[in-house]
Amino acid sequence: MYIFDVRTLCLIGAVLVLLGSAETIIYVLRRRPESGIDAAILETFRLRVHAWWILFAILAAAFLLGHWTTVVFFGLISFWALREFITLTPTRPGDHRTLFWVFFLCTPLQFLLVGLGLYSWYSIAIPVYAFLFIPARIALAGDCKRFLERTAKIQTGLLICVYCLSYAPALMSLPKAQPAPSEASVSAGKPAAASAALAHADPQAPKGEATAERPPDFTAGTRLLFFFILMVQLSDALQYAWSQVPSKHVIVPSINAARTWEGLLGGVTSVTLIGALLWWATPFQGADWWMAAAMSAVIALMGFAGGITMSAIKRDRGVKDFGTLVEGHGGVLDRMDSICFAAPVFFHFTRWWLG
Amino acid sequence: MDTNLARNGLALMARFLSGASVRWIDSQPDTCQRVYFANHTSHLDPIVIWSSLPQEVRMITRPVAAKDYWIKGPVRRYLANRLFNAILIDREEIKVHQSPIDLMIREIGQKYSLILFPEGGRQQGGGVGEFKSGLYYLCKKRPDLELIPVHIDNMNRILPRGEVLPVPMLSCITFGPPLWLEAGEAKTAFLERARDAVRRLKEI
Repeated sequence: MYIFDVRTLCLIGAVLVLLGSAETIIYVLRRRPESGIDAAILETFRLRVHAWWILFAILAAAFLLGHWTTVVFFGLISFWALREFITLTPTRPGDHRTLFWVFFLCTPLQFLLVGLGLYSWYSIAIPVYAFLFIPARIALAGDCKRFLERTAKIQTGLLICVYCLSYAPALMSLPKAQPAPSEASVSAGKPAAASAALAHADPQAPKGEATAERPPDFTAGTRLLFFFILMVQLSDALQYAWSQVPSKHVIVPSINAARTWEGLLGGVTSVTLIGALLWWATPFQGADWWMAAAMSAVIALMGFAGGITMSAIKRDRGVKDFGTLVEGHGGVLDRMDSICFAAPVFFHFTRWWLG
Repeated sequence: MDTNLARNGLALMARFLSGASVRWIDSQPDTCQRVYFANHTSHLDPIVIWSSLPQEVRMITRPVAAKDYWIKGPVRRYLANRLFNAILIDREEIKVHQSPIDLMIREIGQKYSLILFPEGGRQQGGGVGEFKSGLYYLCKKRPDLELIPVHIDNMNRILPRGEVLPVPMLSCITFGPPLWLEAGEAKTAFLERARDAVRRLKEI
């Protein structure tokens, strides 16, 4: 049970206190209609808080059951998000077989590689091999109508729902047990070696790397992932709360009428502050609180970018939500959009800092 | 008992694989004798509709399916005969003295409901084709049956005609308000009205 160290328990405690106080505030406000807060907004917020209880309960269970459970859990979320994405994206019958491989080969393989911790493979498997495979397979199907558009749709779905999201569980294997000087040289030479090795499917390359690298510190890694998810969810909630401030300056009215400058700035600032207060939970302890604060700001900004991108896609397709799985949350993808955009950036910043 | 377990398992699996969200619009699940008629785009359609019904309704509902497809191989035969208790219609051998309508009426008795696809075959794309007259003759002989229009959305992308492997996209099953064959209603008028009832569910 590697999860039970003091700092992890403190982090879980912080989440419980946060959700508990959110529930209390909503309960009090609902009892007092004279407070002037719109009942519909309150109801949306209440449903969101309920779903966060569910999300954090599932996350905690996955963490307790270990590293692979968490990877599989994120793999399933990814699969479902991709389902929602492709369902809303018009494809042609000629794309059918391509989609089959995207769902049943690319997605599980990506999470298998993440689970095995093979960074030099999972960081390029989709952007190089899958992205070249997709147009080639569509061309083989013999339907050239709107070829580039169809290719781009499937590639975008795979990139956002699978590749980006897989960086969340990859965070778990990021903090290493002990610092060693050889790290930079190992990772620098990898991409070329990996692509050369692919033609022969040489099993020696990944194996050699796994043993050469220091073993990941899953306790710190789990905490890092928990910190990340917490920050993304907080940034979503706080940006939503801040955008209820009366004087509204909508950022892009044609895409999303609910996202205001007040929401963005207020959200990013408060998330940065909370991140600074939670510095003890992160692996950036050498840099003290300011690194945790900077990372939190990056998470909040990327979360915003994800939200606005998904809004644009939904607006184009003329829908409000991607699906109907969790009450009050639209689809899985509606909740995952900020995580999808923030995960790879947070991962690479952290990797650069720790490396 | 084992069959029941397998049935529920199959229903659950079909629900997960088709990702179907089920909507009842101006309509409620009921165990009275009904005919669910739907647009047809994929071999999975009968299973998907059957599995989207509540369990007690599912037990007394029998899909009408093409014999040539469902008797091929032991798996399909087991599914059709033992699990969803299909009424298999021989599409090549439709004769006057063994009309499929008589077979259906004989098989449902006073207990079972039917799932049928009046287009007679799978359509390409998402549209709803012309209805064949079977639905009319069935209602002529059993005017007491409640007709429930059902629209299946997106199944044509999950398993299109001519493909073997499904792509797990999400589909949507919509059940609409019941209708009946009016006394003295002409065949073409009735079939057009039934077809419109299915098409209208797509827009909602």
